[in-house]
Amino acid sequence: MKTLFSGLRKTYIGLILALLYSPVVLMIVLSFSESKTKWTGFSLVKYQALFQNERVMDAFITSILLALLSAAVATVLGTVACIGLLAMKKRLRSTVNAVANIPLLNADIVTGFSLMLFFAAIVGRMSHATLFISHVTLVLPYVVLNVYPKLCQFDRSIYDAALDLGASPVQAFFKVLLPDVFPGLLTGFLLALTISMDDFTITYFTKGRGLDTLSTYIYNTYHIKGILPEYYALATILFVGVLLMILLIQAINVRSAARGVSAKAQGTK
Amino acid sequence: MTKKSVWLSGPYLAWIVGFIVLPLLTILYYGLTDTEGGLTLGNVIGAVADPLNIKALGLTLLLATLATVICLGLAYPLALCLTKLKMKKKSFFIFLFILPMWMNFMLQMVAINTILEDNGVINAVLTFIGLPKLHIANTFGAVLIGMVYDYFPFMLLPVYNAVSRIDGDLINASKDLGANSFKTFLYVSFPLSLPGVISGITMVFIPAVSDFAIAQMLGGGKIQLIGNIVEMNFTKGQYHTGSGLALILMAFVMLSSLLTKDGAENEGGGMIVS
Amino acid sequence: MNNIIELRGISKSFDGEKVLDRIDLCIRDKEFVTLLGPSGCGKTTTLRIIGGFVTPDAGDLIFDGKRINDIPPYQRPVNTVFQKYALFPHMNVYDNVAFGLKQAKVPRAEIPGRVREMLELVSLSGFEKKNVTLLSGGQQQRVAIARALINRPRVLLLDEPLGALDLKLRKDMQNELKKIQKATGITFIYVTHDQEEALSMSDVIVVMAEGVIQQIGTPTEIYNEPTNAFVADFIGESNIVDGVMLSDCRVQFSGQTFTCVDGGFSRNEPVDVVVRPEDVDVVHPENGMLRGTVTSVTFKGDYYEIIVDIGGFKWMVETSDFVAEQAHIGLYIEPDAIHIMKKSKYSGKFGDYSTFSDEIETMSDPDTVDQKNEEGPAID
Repeated sequence: MKTLFSGLRKTYIGLILALLYSPVVLMIVLSFSESKTKWTGFSLVKYQALFQNERVMDAFITSILLALLSAAVATVLGTVACIGLLAMKKRLRSTVNAVANIPLLNADIVTGFSLMLFFAAIVGRMSHATLFISHVTLVLPYVVLNVYPKLCQFDRSIYDAALDLGASPVQAFFKVLLPDVFPGLLTGFLLALTISMDDFTITYFTKGRGLDTLSTYIYNTYHIKGILPEYYALATILFVGVLLMILLIQAINVRSAARGVSAKAQGTK
Repeated sequence: MTKKSVWLSGPYLAWIVGFIVLPLLTILYYGLTDTEGGLTLGNVIGAVADPLNIKALGLTLLLATLATVICLGLAYPLALCLTKLKMKKKSFFIFLFILPMWMNFMLQMVAINTILEDNGVINAVLTFIGLPKLHIANTFGAVLIGMVYDYFPFMLLPVYNAVSRIDGDLINASKDLGANSFKTFLYVSFPLSLPGVISGITMVFIPAVSDFAIAQMLGGGKIQLIGNIVEMNFTKGQYHTGSGLALILMAFVMLSSLLTKDGAENEGGGMIVS
Repeated sequence: MNNIIELRGISKSFDGEKVLDRIDLCIRDKEFVTLLGPSGCGKTTTLRIIGGFVTPDAGDLIFDGKRINDIPPYQRPVNTVFQKYALFPHMNVYDNVAFGLKQAKVPRAEIPGRVREMLELVSLSGFEKKNVTLLSGGQQQRVAIARALINRPRVLLLDEPLGALDLKLRKDMQNELKKIQKATGITFIYVTHDQEEALSMSDVIVVMAEGVIQQIGTPTEIYNEPTNAFVADFIGESNIVDGVMLSDCRVQFSGQTFTCVDGGFSRNEPVDVVVRPEDVDVVHPENGMLRGTVTSVTFKGDYYEIIVDIGGFKWMVETSDFVAEQAHIGLYIEPDAIHIMKKSKYSGKFGDYSTFSDEIETMSDPDTVDQKNEEGPAID
């Protein structure tokens, strides 16, 4: 009986995994085939097409640059904010957090539409800047949610010890505090990167005319051009990229966890 | 790290006020005024009164509810299976279920279309084994499949977290007191996992109810959801009507998040004992 | 009295690590039985096997003469008080206590009365509507006991139930548990690593170590006649020295020959000799059977605990008279204070106080055992 149940469980887990991965695997496999729906032997035609399609490549590069820039700005803004939040009174802090997390909770379409209306009201039209600001707003909560808990775990007395030993607050921040919260900071940054890369709705409402990210380019041209062969190659590249990034996050987490354990062990001696 | 460092959150606060609070006030202003700037409830009432919108609203609620129910129906048993699974690096294994989500949302839609198309993978397989073709692409069903696929991880994660966090001795205690496996599930495991279920429901229902991209990509323009009408108002520049509809969507969101808050509090209560 | 539960050759491994090695144990009806040992000794696993939460790899579990290995926990006439109580956090006190009755399909009208009666037994009358997560540790403990007793089990299993309580509360609960056991006549199987708790509450103590039962006996038997160095050291303080059994009632250790009351060993058999610190009298060196130098003196309130160096072996002695450090003293031991044990694999591992320091003792107080825990495997 027990083995039967455990077999059923594993089958179900396998089935869901298969369903979840079938579109991904399909895209990856077909990216190396000439035909759109069939395997016709190994070919890099679709990759060639991708690198020759300037409009798709432009959109792809825009996506990457936008993600890098907004994630970086959000990480700095968010990390500095966390230090301030820590010193804040509890009531005020939870109010701030509640408001800051609205984009997480709210429907993207409402967030996007509201940002568009706001920008339209103050600057008249959408531009690179409006898109960038919107993306920072979108990813900011993810940074704070990753950095703030790490900052809370940070032992205040270590910072105080640095000051006691003659470090200035700025030196103490860079030499003691930052290395300690760095894993959370990096996770927040990488998460922000993927969220921004993946976004469609907010980009759609707040981008300037003539500017496209990957998502909006596909959306806007889909009903004219249908599925381009380039997309298969693109999906493969993106999936592998995200996979590598997640492995990186995992490695960082494992390392920081290991460091935490060894620090604890030393503490007891 | 002193009281003075509160000011470090200044730029952040300014950002929040400037790009979260003010835009929401803007949408509220547009939603409650007409093109001449006069205060009106016409946009909100009009949004609900227009028969076209009512139809869209009905379709949206039906689709979002179905997607939520299917996600829950698939995710809950999966969470139970994963909890019972014994392996090293389990958290990484759980991660595998979220990974496909990050291929890029639009490319996911493209991939699903490749599968569902009239001359796509499913139909290629059906033809190969001698069965008639299925017309799924650009139907209600295709949009539903897309939503379930896209939002499934949002259901799985909170449900799995809730289920896996239940103290094994609570299950043991229930069995010890005479409840069989089914009753233990009914009276102990399920009630204790409810916070996760509720949070999963909102995490799926909110994006589903406000979607327009999945409907557009997989419905081929034939499935008109509330989100699509908001988008249409946006492209046509009808900001006041669009805002009225957006406010209705926001009402749904606020309602769902109030439910989640209750759930989260219950979860906190459960933590004290375990 | 009949055996209500029997374990026959029960073995269990987790991840290839042997936790229980062919355990044989008989538990008589209406007794208070304690499984005592350091963590990792297999006592909790034994309890969980009886409760039905762990399936043994080998051996038979007999209840009232019938094998119940394959009976699921919800059909066993046994109830458990879990280590961290395992109260259902989504139910109030009443619903927690009534849970078992509802499962047993007890008539609805009968339930409130039985719950009230149970809450009275554990002195929690009037707590029915309280949220269990907001109760104190002691109150949660009482709810857990009431919940486990309401189905009138034949056997109640208690897994370190007092471990999370502070010392004062623990003493009160010890008395209360003993009272409840007497009043209900239910067999209690109690798991603890606290030897004092075991000595004061039990009818029978089962001392376990490394997945094996070391000794079964009444508290006095366990204390006065430990079977090996492990038991002697684990229960109370002991000086354990190497000796040779010259003949019945004559034993040689520390270079002297002593009269004792034990017999039945072969001639000149090497043995372990146990002498409890409180059974040694401090006398003038000339009158002493052993002579040595005091190396440390610790005031303990009603007595002094001194360490005496006798030919390199450090003895612990408890005395009510003050003795100065570096003093030369004699020790006198009555024949019935000398207990002889066969050599075992634990010989030579315990009972020498040369590495003993008072600091370690106070650090691990009140759980002297915790220190030893680190030696055993982590699984329990």
